[in-house]
Amino acid sequence: MTPIVEARNLKKVFGSFAAVEDVSFEVAKGECFGLLGPNGAGKTTTIRMLYGYTPLTAGELKLFGDDLAAHLRSIKYRIGVCQQENNLDPDLTVEENLQVFSRFFDIPKKEAQTRIGRLLDFFALTNRSRALFTDLSGGMRRRLVLARALINNPDLLILDEPTSALDPQTRQQVWNRLLELKKEGLTILLTTHYMEEAFRLCDRLLIMDRGRVLVEGKPGELIDRFVGREVLEIDSPDRKVRDFLAAQGYEFDDLGTRLMVCNHNCRELFARIEEVFDLKNCMLRMGTLEDVFLKLTGRDLRE
Amino acid sequence: MNRPLFPPISRRFLRVWQRNLTVYKKTWKVSFLPPLMEPFLFIVAFGIGLSAIVEDLTYQGIKISYIDFIIPALLATTIMYNAFFETSFASFVRMRYQKTFDAMMATPLNLAEIITGEIFWAATKSVIAATLMIVGVGILGLIDNFSIILVPFLALLGGFAFGATGMFFTSIVPNIETFNLPMFLFITPMFLFSGTFFPLETLPQWAQGVALALPLTHLVRLVRAATLGIYHLSLLGSLAYLLLYSVFFYPLALEKMRKRLIK
Repeated sequence: MTPIVEARNLKKVFGSFAAVEDVSFEVAKGECFGLLGPNGAGKTTTIRMLYGYTPLTAGELKLFGDDLAAHLRSIKYRIGVCQQENNLDPDLTVEENLQVFSRFFDIPKKEAQTRIGRLLDFFALTNRSRALFTDLSGGMRRRLVLARALINNPDLLILDEPTSALDPQTRQQVWNRLLELKKEGLTILLTTHYMEEAFRLCDRLLIMDRGRVLVEGKPGELIDRFVGREVLEIDSPDRKVRDFLAAQGYEFDDLGTRLMVCNHNCRELFARIEEVFDLKNCMLRMGTLEDVFLKLTGRDLRE
Repeated sequence: MNRPLFPPISRRFLRVWQRNLTVYKKTWKVSFLPPLMEPFLFIVAFGIGLSAIVEDLTYQGIKISYIDFIIPALLATTIMYNAFFETSFASFVRMRYQKTFDAMMATPLNLAEIITGEIFWAATKSVIAATLMIVGVGILGLIDNFSIILVPFLALLGGFAFGATGMFFTSIVPNIETFNLPMFLFITPMFLFSGTFFPLETLPQWAQGVALALPLTHLVRLVRAATLGIYHLSLLGSLAYLLLYSVFFYPLALEKMRKRLIK
C-alpha cells in the first residue's frame, strides 16, 4: 500500500543556515508518527515543508503517493494542520471560526454546520460555541484549533506541538481525543518534545537533531535498544559507589550529582548495591523515552 | 527553483474577502462609523464654515462654490484612507500578530490568493465608505449631479490602487510603527496637495508637476468630474494613470509578500 507520507532526503537551507540537512521517513496509513528533537532540531521546518508552506531546497516529498509541489492544491484539501500558535480569529466566535475555515475548503454551508456540531461536541466546546475566541481558556483555544484542523475530514492530520503550554488535565483530554481519532483510522504526524506524549500516541517516531535523523523506531524498541527496560539512578554518589560500579564492569553516565546505569540487568544490580552499601538514594525505575532522547541529543542546554 | 512569473490565482481569493466581510459585519460599529464621521466634520468645518469667507472659484471655466469643490476631494481622500489603512495596519496585524495568513496557508488557499483577497477587501471598504458618504451628502442636500453614482466605481479602482500600495508597504516594513513613514511622507502630503482643498493651479509650476505624479491627484480629478458632471478629455489620462499605477503595484505587492513570507 502507498504510504501516506514519503519524505526522501529533505533539505532546507535558509541563507547559510541549514535547518534541515537530510531527513527521510515514511508514514503508513493509520499510523501515528512522531518527530522528536530539541528546540532548533528542524522539526517545525520539516513539518512546514510537509504542508507546502516552506519549499524544499532539495529532496523528494510525496503525500498520498503524489509529488507535493505538483499536486499542492489537491493535497491541501486532504490534510488538516494544527500549527504551533493558536492562530484563530480573535474577533469571531468559536462557531464562526470554524465556519470561516470550512469555506476555505469549499465545504457547503449545510454540511459544514453538521461537521461543526460534531466537532464541537467531540472537543467538548458545544456550550461555548457562541463565545469569542478571546474569552476562551488556553485549553479551549487549543481544542478549537484541533477542531479546525479536522473540519475538512482530513486523511492526514499534522500537529506541531499539539499540547505545549497546556495544563496536565487538558493535555490528557487532548491525548484521549487524538487516540480516539487514531482508533478511527486517521493518520497522524506530530512534533513534540514531551516524551510522554510521544510514548502514549506514537506507533513509530524519529529523533532528530541539527537537521538530521538520529534514530527511528517504535518507542518501546528504542527504549530497549538504548537504555534497557530498567534504569538505576544513584543520587549524590560517593567515591566508593563509583569504584564499585567500575570494578564490577558496569558502564554508567556520570551526571555529577547523579549516576545513571542503563543497558544492564539493573534489577540485579539494585539488589547487590543495596546489600553492599545500604543506599537510600538509589532508585530503580523503568527506562523511558526521555532517557533515550537525552542519551542521543545530549544534556547540554540549547541556545 | 523554477516558478511561474505570475502565481496561479483562482476565485478562492473571494474566500479571503469573505472572511474579512464576516469579521467586518461583527465589528463595523467600532471600526467603521468613527472614520466615516471625519469627512463630515471636514464638510462642516471647511465647507460651511470656511466657504463663508472663501469666494466661489472657477473650475474648468465654470463657477462653483467652495463646498462643491471640496466634497469630491473628501470622497477621494476617504477612498484612499480606507483602502490604505486596511492593507497596511490591518493586514499587518493579521499577518504578524494574529497569524491569520499562516492559518490560511495551511488550507487550499495560496499566498497570492490571500493577498489578492486582502486588496479586494480594501477596495470594497473604499466602495462602502464612498457610498455611505454619498448618502450622507445627499441627506445634507449637497448633491449637484446625478453622475455622482459613478463614484462607487471610481472607489473600486482607487481603492484597489491604494490597497495595493498599502500591501506593498506591509511587505517591506519591519514593524507596525514604520507605517508612520509612508503615512507622513506619502499619504498626508497627498491629502493636502492633490488639488484637494485648493486648485492645483495655485501651486508653483514644479509643485504642480509633483502633484500630477501622485495617484490621489488623479482620483480627485475623476471624482470631481463625477460629482460636478463636468467632463474633459484629460480625464482619460487620469483614468489611465490609476490603471497603470494598479498594474504596477499589485504584482509588486504579490512578489514582495512572497519574498517576505515564503521561506
